[in-house]
Amino acid sequence: MREKLFGKTLEELTTLTENLGLPSYSARQISEWLYKKEVSSIDEMTNLSKKARAQLSASFDLGTSLPVDVTESVDGTKKYLFRAQNEKYIETAYIPEEKRNTVCVSSQVGCKMGCLFCMTGKQGFQGNLTAGEIINQYRSISEWKALTNIVYMGMGEPLDNLTEVLKSLQILTAQWGFALSPRRITVSTIGITPAMLQFLDQSEAHLAVSLHTPFDEERRKLMPVQQVYPLKEVLKEIRSWDFGRQRRVSFEYILFKGFNDSPAHVNELARILQGIRCRINLIRFHPIPDTPLESPDEATIKRFRDKLIAKGITTTIRASRGQDIWAACGLLSTKKMTQKE
Amino acid sequence: MVAGHNHKLSPVIVDFTEELSDGIYLFGFRRNFDFIAGQVLGIALEENGPRRLYSICSGEDEAHTKILYNVIDEGYLTPRLSDLEAGDTLWITEPRGEFTDNLNPAVWIATGTGIAPFYAMLKSGLGSNKTLIHGNRFLEQFHFYDEFEAVLGENYIRCCSGEHDERVYHGRVTGFLEEEPELDPSLKYYLCGNAEMVVETRDILIQKGVPFHQIISEIYF
Repeated sequence: MREKLFGKTLEELTTLTENLGLPSYSARQISEWLYKKEVSSIDEMTNLSKKARAQLSASFDLGTSLPVDVTESVDGTKKYLFRAQNEKYIETAYIPEEKRNTVCVSSQVGCKMGCLFCMTGKQGFQGNLTAGEIINQYRSISEWKALTNIVYMGMGEPLDNLTEVLKSLQILTAQWGFALSPRRITVSTIGITPAMLQFLDQSEAHLAVSLHTPFDEERRKLMPVQQVYPLKEVLKEIRSWDFGRQRRVSFEYILFKGFNDSPAHVNELARILQGIRCRINLIRFHPIPDTPLESPDEATIKRFRDKLIAKGITTTIRASRGQDIWAACGLLSTKKMTQKE
Repeated sequence: MVAGHNHKLSPVIVDFTEELSDGIYLFGFRRNFDFIAGQVLGIALEENGPRRLYSICSGEDEAHTKILYNVIDEGYLTPRLSDLEAGDTLWITEPRGEFTDNLNPAVWIATGTGIAPFYAMLKSGLGSNKTLIHGNRFLEQFHFYDEFEAVLGENYIRCCSGEHDERVYHGRVTGFLEEEPELDPSLKYYLCGNAEMVVETRDILIQKGVPFHQIISEIYF
C-alpha cells in the first residue's frame, strides 16, 4: 500500500521532497494542493513538473477518502460513516445550527476507556486514527467549506492518541495548512492528566473535560479513568494553567436520572469549580442498549441548569440533535459492524 | 513531556527480570516508597521518555516492587522492557490510583496481566473473603495460581479459553459468568483487564442483576 500525502505536515513534506530530489519549494506547493485547493489526484497538482508528479505518484497516494455512507436527520444533522482499517467504521457528525456549522470528528476506531454510558466502548478498541484520517473527516464531507467549528468529540479518546491529534491540529491551524483559528476547535477528553498538559502546552485549541459527577466515588463507577487520573488532579492542573483571555475550558456533564442530578451535585460542582473560568454543558443522555442509566425529565434538566447559573456558573443545555439517525456517538458504526458480522 | 509534579520520574535500578511464560515478564526493584495494593506506577526507560502505567504486582510490605507485563509487539515500551537486565536503570512515578480494596467480601475478575493488582492485594493480606475469576488463553499463563489457591481455595476459578484441563473452566471469563445461575448483587465486583473484557463483563454483571455502582473497573490503556 502506498503512503498517503494527506495528513503530512510541511516538515514531513519537505523531507519527502528532499528524498525524491525535488526542488525545495515543492513541499509548500504540495501543502497548498492538499490543504488549500481541491484536487482528487496527484496528477492535478499542475504547478509541479510532470516528472515530479510521476515520482510522487510512484510512491504516494493523495490520501483523501470519501464517506461510504451518510444519514440525514429531519433536523439537518448528518451522520457520515468513513471506512477505517480492518473493515471497521468511524463516525463523523455534521451539525448545522443557526449561527454555526460544526463537524464532530473521531480520533480512534473504538475506544479503550470503557465509560459506562458510552456506545463506542462496546466496540472495544480497534486502533488509532492517523492525522490524515482525522482531518479527512473535516475535508471530505460535502459541507466542509461551510464549517465554522470542529469538535473532537466523536469516537475514541483524543488524548489517548495524542501524537496524531496534535499533528492534525497543527495541519488544521498552520498557515501552510487549513489556517483555521484554534478558537474554532475544541478537543474533548475524559481527563488523562499528562496528555492533557501536553495538549495544553502544544496546542491553542479549546479544552472540554468530561466531568459527569463531582463526586470521586460516583465518577469511578461511570469512568474507569478516575482510578488513575482522579478528577481532583485534573482540576488542580486546569486551575494552575494560564488559559489566557481567549482560550476556553468547558466541562461536559451528562445528566443521569437519580444519579448525578441532585441539589448536592449542584453544590459540589460549584465548590470544585470555584476559581476556574469555565462553562458547563449539560447533555441529555440518549440511552444505549442494555444501559442501567436513564435521562431525567426536561424539568429536572432545566432546574439543574438554573441552579448552576444561580451559583455563578455559565451553564448551557446542549440541544439534542439527530436522534432519529442514531447520532449519539458510536451507535451507527456499531450497528454497521453488527450488520457485517 | 510537560507533567505535573506528581508525575515526576525517579530512577530505580532493576534487581531481577524473568520471563514467566511466552511473552509475559516480571521484573523487580527495591521498594523505597509506600503504596496501597492495587495502585499503579508510571514507568519510562528515560527521564523524558514516553511512560506507561503498570499495576504493582507485589505486596505492600515486600522488599521488592514487582511489575508484570506482556510484550505488545507493536507497542513502544514493552518490547524494550523485555530487553532489561539486572542493573539497568528505569524511571518511575510515585504510586497512584484508587483501584483499591479492603477486607470486605468481594469478587475479583481479571484476564491476562490484569491479575497484577489482585496479586498485590493477595500479598497484602486482602485475600480472605474473596472470589477470584481469572481468565487466560493458556494454562501456563496462570502464574500465581498456587498462591491464590492456597488462600482462596475453591473460590479461585481459572477460565482457560485455549486449552482443556479438568481443573479449570474451559472458556472465557465472560462465558463462565454467563453460565452462573446467580450473582450476589450485594458484593463489590472488581474488574481488571483490557477494555473489551471489562465492558463485556460489566454488561453481563448488570444483566444478571448486579447494580452498576457495585462494579469497579480498571482498564489498561
